[in-house]
Amino acid sequence: MANLSVKIGALSLKNPVMTASGTFGYGLEFADFMPLDGIGGIIVKGTTLKPREGNDYPRMAETASGMLNCVGLQNKGVDYFCEHIYPQIKDIDTNMIVNVSGSSPEDYAACAAKIDALEQIPAIELNISCPNVKDGGMAFGVTCAGASSVVRAVRQAYHKTLIVKLSPNVTDITEIARAVEAEGADSVSLINTLMGMAIDIEKRKKVLSIGTGGLSGPAVKPVALRMVNQVAKAVKIPVIGLGGISSAKDAIEFLMAGATAIEIGTANFLDPAISIKVRDGIDQWLDSHDIQDVHEIIGVI
Amino acid sequence: MKKYALDLRVKSVEQIHARYVLIKLTDDQKLPEMLPGQFVEVRVDGSPKTFLRRPISINFVDREKNELWLLVATVGDGTRQLAKLQPGDLLNCILPLGNGFTATEGHIGARVLLIGGGVGVAPLLYLGAEMAKNGIKPTFLLGARTKNDLLMLDIFKRCGRVYVTTEDGSEGEKGFVTNHSLLQQEHFDHIFTCGPTPMMKAVARYAKQNDITCEVSLENLMACGLGACLCCVEKTVKGNVCVCKDGPVFNINDLLWQI
Repeated sequence: MANLSVKIGALSLKNPVMTASGTFGYGLEFADFMPLDGIGGIIVKGTTLKPREGNDYPRMAETASGMLNCVGLQNKGVDYFCEHIYPQIKDIDTNMIVNVSGSSPEDYAACAAKIDALEQIPAIELNISCPNVKDGGMAFGVTCAGASSVVRAVRQAYHKTLIVKLSPNVTDITEIARAVEAEGADSVSLINTLMGMAIDIEKRKKVLSIGTGGLSGPAVKPVALRMVNQVAKAVKIPVIGLGGISSAKDAIEFLMAGATAIEIGTANFLDPAISIKVRDGIDQWLDSHDIQDVHEIIGVI
Repeated sequence: MKKYALDLRVKSVEQIHARYVLIKLTDDQKLPEMLPGQFVEVRVDGSPKTFLRRPISINFVDREKNELWLLVATVGDGTRQLAKLQPGDLLNCILPLGNGFTATEGHIGARVLLIGGGVGVAPLLYLGAEMAKNGIKPTFLLGARTKNDLLMLDIFKRCGRVYVTTEDGSEGEKGFVTNHSLLQQEHFDHIFTCGPTPMMKAVARYAKQNDITCEVSLENLMACGLGACLCCVEKTVKGNVCVCKDGPVFNINDLLWQI
């Protein structure tokens, strides 16, 4: 058994496998299928200062090797999270990380400050890359100035590990990564979904209620891998890789590309125990190659 | 209820009609407890265009034979691939999912009507059979486009009275279920329905006008089936809720349908 533990800033992960926000609920939904404490972290769904109803149905379209979604950050707000959900998840023996979104830097900061007070939440992932909301979300993540403004505000209000989730819908993702690093982010995670569209030819209409949605699944993996590799070379902070990972082999590719940890997203929908299988698969691969420590493969490309 | 991801073994695949197959699944272990109205998310292997699992309602659970029945309308690539399953093949299923119909002891002695349309009749068989077993006497009103689209009538008849409509009049009364003379002749206390949305809305309207409690089973497009992705939402009095987790069965009073 190789050493699988990694560090993201001050955060220790027992292994580099986490689940991506919006694909794993609050973890509890998957407790029947796998031991939640077997993975390095669970990033719970996007949380905002005020409750959000999200976008209208239909919010999903199946695509070749993937899917589009335009859920639009439906959640009951940070106060509900702190009062009702946090007590249910705080004792799960892994890193329970909250994905935070907002519509202004002040919003983000206020939401982050409330989560800062929760003892058992050691980190947040700042979502400046949601393509499915009009106000905020990706609007901040596509310019260096926008990304910086949010991270600056949150950094003052939040004192634990701060991960910033980046959008791939930009000209040069390394510029954004450098900008958030300069503002004090402890890590960047990438990629959020790629903006796409689906059309119903019989109805001559766009399938999704807001017209566009974010593409995820194996279809985006090569794009994600390339961006992770570029960003890992551009910043000094640890990179968390995600985008279409559905096997241990995929995960190892991201680690080699420069990711210190990875997140599994859409694959959770196909196999609710996939994250634990990926952890086991990484372990077996390292063993079969006589590698003692996962760090030996991180960033070798 | 505890959920499972199981590789169930295909016992038989029966082509009921050009567009419908009945897949009977079994397992060496005793199948988990499942409630009428709940559903299964099946993984479709060997169909490159089918990325997500397919939600299929539980048609029947035969406890003696340890069988789970899935009645599948072959409407797309995924379901057409399911129709190609052979006895002995394994089908990966996540089950049981969703909430199920509310059929309780309180329904004993009540006049209970189960209205199904097209392949929407599927969950009503298990519901009706469980009701009959528990001393509730269900009446079925089943609608289809043509005689050939009426599914499993002989089995329904073992559970209760069966009335039929077809759109072309090839069997039973001609027209839609909501036009059937039964609804003028008899009064019912409870309606349970599953079928195309326009049909369920018409049924819901009838139920509301006549002060009948009514549960509908929705089939919004879904991805995870576990309440995690929030794709299959329906607007309700409690806001957007997941059909996969908080449904698929809803009391019509909880929906924001304009009826």
